[in-house]
Amino acid sequence: MFPEEQRQITNICQKLHRDSNAKAVLLIGRDGQPIAEAGEVSEIDVTSLSTLTAGNVAATGGISKILREKDFTSQFHEGEKTHVHITLVAGRAILVVLFDERSSLGLVRLRVRKATDEMGRIFEDVKRKAALQTGPSILNEITDADIDKLFND
Amino acid sequence: MSFINYSSREINCKLVYYGPGLGGKTTNLQFIYARTSPEAKGKMISLATETERTLFFDFLPLSLGEIRGFRTRFHLYTVPGQVFYDASRKLILKGVDGVVFVADSQIERMEANIESLENLRANLIEQGYNLDRLPYVVQYNKRDLPNAAPLDEMRSLLNPTRVPEFEACATTGVGVFETLKAIAKAVLTELRRAGGS
Repeated sequence: MFPEEQRQITNICQKLHRDSNAKAVLLIGRDGQPIAEAGEVSEIDVTSLSTLTAGNVAATGGISKILREKDFTSQFHEGEKTHVHITLVAGRAILVVLFDERSSLGLVRLRVRKATDEMGRIFEDVKRKAALQTGPSILNEITDADIDKLFND
Repeated sequence: MSFINYSSREINCKLVYYGPGLGGKTTNLQFIYARTSPEAKGKMISLATETERTLFFDFLPLSLGEIRGFRTRFHLYTVPGQVFYDASRKLILKGVDGVVFVADSQIERMEANIESLENLRANLIEQGYNLDRLPYVVQYNKRDLPNAAPLDEMRSLLNPTRVPEFEACATTGVGVFETLKAIAKAVLTELRRAGGS
């Protein structure tokens, strides 16, 4: 992910958070790495939520394969107070919307559809960019000494 | 696959502890969790059965410090070792950056070790990886037990390519952090070599 696209993705998450009256919006890689977030996330263990959601989506993907279905693109978990809407974005990332009685499943679904279309286009841009260049990678600058320093007791 | 977040200035990497059932993978993570300062670790998650056997995975996020202003975070996962849970193991290997194979040193578990190592190779190939090209270390766990197999024998069976290897007793912590440091270092070195992703 390049800095410009990261900013665009975060903006979409923020807009989705506002437009859907959600509590929080998270975008997660399919491997469970958090990519972007918006809304009331300070009370949430984002890392754990991301990992478990990715595990959940991976398990559901495994079920779809057994049933010879395409990926199940969305899931909904209904809680007493908080509900969770999970959607695959362009097969590459997972969009999670947490919402409560201030919103509704219908509204969330509607706004999510627009947001996933926009994110899908950005992922295509990232793919094109990545094919053309290696990107401004911090990794190119790391030295042996940097790595050793991390492991000094 | 490693993920670099430029806005939060983080490098995230995924490590997977693999090996036969009851070999000590979860115990490795539990020891690391117990001995790491609260600022450096997140919550440890264990998706286990009622009998404390790993059902899906254990997960422990660790922060190792900064490199060039970027926080290096390692996400440690274990797989369920029991043969039955192969579908789950495949899922957990997705996006892996480095693998620790936790072998059970007990002589009667040697066949299970070999089977698990073959399973690791096969599952990695399915995900498009090659164990010989991935950052990879071997841990010989339970060295303290009286029925532990000779190290040379284990080495010839489980580590023919001579990747870094460590003797361990995960319950007391012997070799646990040495193993973690070796795989974390190997992953960062490989990331640098690859020049990012």
